[in-house]
Amino acid sequence: MVGAAATVWPLVTQMNPDAATIAAGAPIEVDLTPIAEGQDIKVFWRGKPIYISHRTKKQIDEAQQAPLSSLKDPEADSARVKAGHDQWLVVIGICTHLGCIPIAHEGNYDGFFCPCHGSQYDSSGRIRQGPAPANLEVPPYTFVSDTKIQIG
Amino acid sequence: MSGPSDYQPSNPALKWIERRLPIFGLVHSSFVAYPTPRNLNYWWTFGAILSMMLALQILTGVILAMHYTPHADLAFKSVELIVRDVNYGWLLRNMHACGASMFFFAVYVHMFRGLYYGSYKEPREVLWILGVIIYLLMMATGFMGYVLPWGQMSFWGATVITNLFSAIPYVGKSIVTLLWGGYSVGNPTLNRFFSLHYLLPFVIAGVVVLHVWALHVAGQNNPAGVEAKTEKDTVPFTPYATIKDMFGVSCFLIFYAWFIFYMPNYLGDADNYIPANPGVTPAHIVPEWYYLPFYAILRSIPNKLAGVVAMFSAIIILCFLPWLDSARTRSSKYRPLAKQFFWIFVVVCVLLGYLGSQPPEGIYVIAGRILTVCYFAYFLIVLPLLARIETPRPVPNSIADDVLSRSRGKVAAAASVVLAVVMAGGLLAGSTQSAKAEDDTPPAQKWSFSGPFGKYDRGSLQRGLKVYKEVCSACHSLNYIAFRNLADPGGPGYSEAQAAAFAADYKIKDGPNDQGEMFDRPGRPADYFPPPFPNEQAAAAANGGKAPPDLSLMTKARGYERGFPQFVFDFFTQFQEQGPNYVSAILQGFEDKPPAGVTIPEGTYYNKYYPGHAIKMPKPLNDGQVTFDDGSPATVAQYAHDVTTFLMWTAEPHLEERKRVGLQVFVFLIIFAFLMYFTKKKVWADAH
Repeated sequence: MVGAAATVWPLVTQMNPDAATIAAGAPIEVDLTPIAEGQDIKVFWRGKPIYISHRTKKQIDEAQQAPLSSLKDPEADSARVKAGHDQWLVVIGICTHLGCIPIAHEGNYDGFFCPCHGSQYDSSGRIRQGPAPANLEVPPYTFVSDTKIQIG
Repeated sequence: MSGPSDYQPSNPALKWIERRLPIFGLVHSSFVAYPTPRNLNYWWTFGAILSMMLALQILTGVILAMHYTPHADLAFKSVELIVRDVNYGWLLRNMHACGASMFFFAVYVHMFRGLYYGSYKEPREVLWILGVIIYLLMMATGFMGYVLPWGQMSFWGATVITNLFSAIPYVGKSIVTLLWGGYSVGNPTLNRFFSLHYLLPFVIAGVVVLHVWALHVAGQNNPAGVEAKTEKDTVPFTPYATIKDMFGVSCFLIFYAWFIFYMPNYLGDADNYIPANPGVTPAHIVPEWYYLPFYAILRSIPNKLAGVVAMFSAIIILCFLPWLDSARTRSSKYRPLAKQFFWIFVVVCVLLGYLGSQPPEGIYVIAGRILTVCYFAYFLIVLPLLARIETPRPVPNSIADDVLSRSRGKVAAAASVVLAVVMAGGLLAGSTQSAKAEDDTPPAQKWSFSGPFGKYDRGSLQRGLKVYKEVCSACHSLNYIAFRNLADPGGPGYSEAQAAAFAADYKIKDGPNDQGEMFDRPGRPADYFPPPFPNEQAAAAANGGKAPPDLSLMTKARGYERGFPQFVFDFFTQFQEQGPNYVSAILQGFEDKPPAGVTIPEGTYYNKYYPGHAIKMPKPLNDGQVTFDDGSPATVAQYAHDVTTFLMWTAEPHLEERKRVGLQVFVFLIIFAFLMYFTKKKVWADAH
């Protein structure tokens, strides 16, 4: 029994990401200075697009004032950005429904709109409308300095 | 497969083998002497059609695998090279790609037949369940096969479908990572899909053997739904069923060849001629048509996990059909209510398929929900209920009785054939009239290469090449075209010397030489058109952030919705020219100023036919910009027409050969089908 399981394990786990893929998924640093207010950039980390948005005052206010009770996946804006860096929203640009890439600055909530099945996210990347079950995921990242973050 | 055979070969060598391995007896008892009900109709030939399709898919698939490269950077190109450079590669690829659709078409007919005639009922439950397993395996195989060309739809289809598993609570994410072999769909995913796509057809073949075995143990069902009792009820498989199957297969091949030779892209998606790009999702992801009803069910449920569960349940529920429908009468022929509900169910499935292809908004979502309820209600409410309340009509005593009473039904059958012909004619006639153009739909144009006898206009190809060289090539590459192609038959009609001279005008980067340095040399016929920019980033940087797309496949990678009912007519008229119409319309659709009330972002230009109207490309063509030697007018309309014709050739270089071979195949198949029909009539003359 143990022998059989031990034999099967390599046959199954070989399908997981290999060493080179994992190594290529090491943390990356991104310089924020070129991103003007109201703009955003898309960087790739581990093959996933990451949106880094420099939010406007209006977007921040909207994100902070949205009542939690109206959210499908309630989460305060403050839990989705780093304290003191309210203007920076960093999210993985993969729709939590079926993995398409939402388009930034589209939809009714000043955030993201997924063209595949119509999910709409707000300026904090939270799901507001459509079939997606959860908010856009926030990748692990830290501020190295005021103008530089490390993702991963 | 039905017990030991009493067959004895007379040839001594065969006798020697037979004593040691009774294989001839097995074949004889399964496919020669095997008794089949005499009243089988043509819906029963789909079993043979499916066997042939499986064999054809395996054959063409194994050959394609000899030329295909399963690597994320090379897969798309290798498929193009198969189509362009391998001898008859275009034919093999079309056979395989259209074959998948035909396989599913036939399997759906086969399944609906089983549903209508109650072929899943005692004692054929295991036979039916094996069939459902084959269907599931086919779906997995078809899905993985669609990923292999690594176009945009391949990539995003793979992303969406593998993400279905992330709906599983707790372990979903780990399972998806396991499927991908990475953090997203990528090269490892493509590699394993190729491996499995090669493996699964053989698994299907194995289950098919079990399926046939189970069939030969239980015996075939038949339209009357009564078991064969005496000799009089059956005829031997060969020659009776064999020749009937041959006729059915030959008719099916005509249908299949229509797609292979005349509309290979009708069932595909234009987006799949754009190489996979993990950074851009196509605006509208649709699976292949044969998954659409299930896709519609998935999308109609607002909760992700519930949607996935519903989608899989819609297939798994088929396994329980023998117990959900407990009515004793098999055939719906004798069940007045079940018959009506069956046809309603067919309509529900077709409508679900249509909804699956539409964007998930507004009325489509609501309609999808209603139809999803109808789909499940058929299995969970209608069938169990009918078994209890319906009074079936009396079934015939025996198959022989059914055959005798059926000669009266001949008139009705003839009438329905006439009706079908009239309807097809009506569709054909309707298609010529209903070409009404909406405002931003590209206007339909006349192309020399359209229709079953279409050919390229050589003069137009040569002028188009000149327009490309003098205008388009400043920004757009033409990566899949080599200079040698200019001398190919069915192309612009240059001689090899002319093509070589054309190539020599270009500077091609080569190297490294013995000093380790790159150098320029004159082009040779084997070289490809050099791209205007060294890499995609340079192209994007020089063009306002977005690289101009490669033009080789442009006329197949673009299109527009034809909508219902137009796409039905298109099948009959062989309309395949969305791409050329669109490309030509874009080139002519520029307007100096956007219409009043429309604003477009800075750095873009207003184009009437571009989706969203804001295009990054400035107006490329102006009157008088290119001078033609043959005196053709130097107008934008002429340029657009010629360069589009040229780009159609770059996208489909073997179009003329395809249509020529198609005509020969059609003449052969029609004669063959006639011969089969009359042979069948002769063989069956004494059986009716």
